[in-house]
Amino acid sequence: MAQPKPDPARLAAVDYAPPRRAWRDLPVEFRKGTYNYAAPRKHAEALGLPHARDWQPHDADWKLPPDWKRIILEGMKARLDRYRSFRLFMDICVRCGACADKCHFYLGSGDPRNTPVIRAELLRSVYRRYFTAAGRAFGPLAGGRDLTEDVLKEWFYYFYQCTECRRCSVFCPYGIDTAEITMIGRELLGLVGCSIQWVVEPAANCYRTGNHLGIQPHGFKDSLEFAADELEELTGIRVDIPIDRKGAEVLLVVPSADYFGTPHYYTLLGYLMVLHEAGVDYTFSAFASEGGNFGLFASHDLMKRLNAKIYSEARRLRVKWILGGECGHMWRVVHQYMGTMNGPADFLEVPVSPATGTRFAHAASTKMIHVCEFTADLIAHGRLRLDRSRNDHWNVTFHDSCNPARGMGLYEEPRVILREVVTHFHEMAEDTIRERTLCCGSGAGLGTDENFEMRMRGGRPRAMAVQEVRARHGVNCVACICAIDKATLPPLMEYWVPGVEVAGVHELVGNALVMTGERPRATDLRGEPLHVAGGARA
Amino acid sequence: MSLALAAAIYAAAALCLCGFAWRVWGWADTPEPFRIPTTTGQQRSLDWISPSRVESPSTRLGVAGRMALEALLFRSLFRNTAHASVPCASPYPHPVFLERKALWLGAMALHWSLAVIGVRHLRLFVDPVPGAVAALSALDGFFEIGMPRWYATDAIVAAALLYLLGRRLRDPLLRYLTLPADYLALAALAAVVGTGIALRYASRVDLVDVRAFALGLAAFAPAPLRAANLWLAAHVAAAAVLVAALPFTKMAHAAGLWLSATRNQANDSRRRRHVNPWNPPVPVRGYGAWRDEFRDKLAVAGLPIDETPEGGAPPGQARRGAAET
Repeated sequence: MAQPKPDPARLAAVDYAPPRRAWRDLPVEFRKGTYNYAAPRKHAEALGLPHARDWQPHDADWKLPPDWKRIILEGMKARLDRYRSFRLFMDICVRCGACADKCHFYLGSGDPRNTPVIRAELLRSVYRRYFTAAGRAFGPLAGGRDLTEDVLKEWFYYFYQCTECRRCSVFCPYGIDTAEITMIGRELLGLVGCSIQWVVEPAANCYRTGNHLGIQPHGFKDSLEFAADELEELTGIRVDIPIDRKGAEVLLVVPSADYFGTPHYYTLLGYLMVLHEAGVDYTFSAFASEGGNFGLFASHDLMKRLNAKIYSEARRLRVKWILGGECGHMWRVVHQYMGTMNGPADFLEVPVSPATGTRFAHAASTKMIHVCEFTADLIAHGRLRLDRSRNDHWNVTFHDSCNPARGMGLYEEPRVILREVVTHFHEMAEDTIRERTLCCGSGAGLGTDENFEMRMRGGRPRAMAVQEVRARHGVNCVACICAIDKATLPPLMEYWVPGVEVAGVHELVGNALVMTGERPRATDLRGEPLHVAGGARA
Repeated sequence: MSLALAAAIYAAAALCLCGFAWRVWGWADTPEPFRIPTTTGQQRSLDWISPSRVESPSTRLGVAGRMALEALLFRSLFRNTAHASVPCASPYPHPVFLERKALWLGAMALHWSLAVIGVRHLRLFVDPVPGAVAALSALDGFFEIGMPRWYATDAIVAAALLYLLGRRLRDPLLRYLTLPADYLALAALAAVVGTGIALRYASRVDLVDVRAFALGLAAFAPAPLRAANLWLAAHVAAAAVLVAALPFTKMAHAAGLWLSATRNQANDSRRRRHVNPWNPPVPVRGYGAWRDEFRDKLAVAGLPIDETPEGGAPPGQARRGAAET
């Protein structure tokens, strides 16, 4: 499936001049490299999704159900009645344009339909035409637009060119959140069987096996045992990795990439070391072997269906509370949806750190805390012995992952940790971090090979911010707390800023952590020799 | 003419009030199923990390502060930047976001001028004129330029409208995304402001007469105007159209802002459970079905096979009537 990579010079020369023709009657061209393949029938059927069929976006005939228009309009009506956010965001935009150049896809593509305002207008124009008096009476004059097959194709193209990163919502004077609009837009498309493979297939895997990658229980156990072996080789210490152990105090839920992807894997090693060192009585669940939730990228219902197993496994295993790994969209779901959808978690207890006694009252309802919150607390209490010189070959910057940033407010915890575990740390430019962080360009299910050009375009603003700290300070490592970042920032860096690696925060913790009774370490978690002269520039 | 003006004003006021009531009811009656604040600051988590009480509020007071900043000072718009590309050949190529406060300034100028002008108009409708209104008018005319004296807000609002129109016409992207309705809204505002300025500074309107008329309106006992004035008629007509249109156009954002979930919710969804009134039952796959499918593999891997009742059915959804698939 690998296609020749587009020339970076071509992608860097973005033309910001809008086309001559108005967007409302400009048909979409499905150009190779800028869209995602459709969800295969088999996976859509496995989830019982409506109108499952085999088709592709570049086909002329999308094989839509005959009454597709009625389905969409009824779906829209139902959602207008159920989501105040959706109804309100359809009504109050004044098109001031403040959001326009905040979107990384607009910055990278120059396509006006990638401005949040027009992305929302794609739906809003149809809303006006069918659901407002002025739109029904005056049509285009009142900003209304008929729902046609071309419009549907346009929705598909642009709602799968939004990573739901919420950067625009920071700047909108009314807080209009394009993520809400994209989520509803994708739900509507899903009603007529128009979803993408890289959302539906992982979701189907997750539903069946418990994780996106479709790893079955024995494979899950093998990878964790492999991790224990590797840790023993590195440190001389054998850590115990319990799976499905009833009565443990804590259920550990991580994104599946942590035990099957690179560089995610080193982050997993980091957690295991910290949990061992802090003496946490925990267990994995082989069924809840995924914290991530690609359902979020398809529909609220699918999100709820995939999320349900976290609480049900916590109940079955009779744990007291839940600890979650480094994953962006997983934390959007855990922080803002899980308690509402699958709670109340009244069978669990408010998380208390066994090592420090800290009671995490901010998770008093959901009973689930982020591993960075847990580790930051350990560090603050001096419970971890750290030798930060073991990260001296890294010159680190921190990429705020969109969801923990704008959907949670987790800004300080990872920074607190990084300051303790690395010597060389440099923030990127102010307007590209924290609440203004720039997306990797591949979130929300868009991280596919076939979508490579659009990903590189969307990720370019982030890459350029990294390029700046690389040039200024010699940064060679982007730390982050998101599994999608760890999968998609490496190709982005390779494309725009070669020579910069990507690491999870807990990989760096693992490097620095001096475990009780460990033998002197010759290498970092990646197996690369420590203390290389000239490895880092301060 | 007096009768027509009175009718227009009453009709516009009624449309505006009923329209906003209907609009707000439509929004408020729709549930907000999830807690989705945009967190623009540090969450409240560990005791020793100081939370951002307004940007990521965890209390109602914090939310009130956030909303006040948003409504009174346009906090989010204040963040506005403009993107500029720095060529890759630069030693430090990076995306540059330039400070761009002009839009914020223009919006502040427009809204606050209109607010002051609105308050100033009270001296026509309230007798005796409240001290605060008189003081505000005096302050507004502080520069003592022209005869009759120019109010600063009249000049500011006109300049703001010109700026807001100008940016839509000048910037190719804005021109591309602007709808006819956006120009109409600006035109309606310009008509009210323009006729108002003409009325005060160009026409020799008899203020005593207008005040008597306005007081009559306010007392629901309209008195006729002694002298007809075309500028007055135009001003009142334009204002009536604008006021009546407020709830039915994008200008409804004045009310909508208060209901915007990304701003008016506290970031406390892990601390307190947010309830979705229509939380639907969904089909879920429980441990039991999973165990049964992978029984052999669990056995080979030596993983526990839970046959107890708690392993059988998925908790939560199943009890709410969803099928286990």
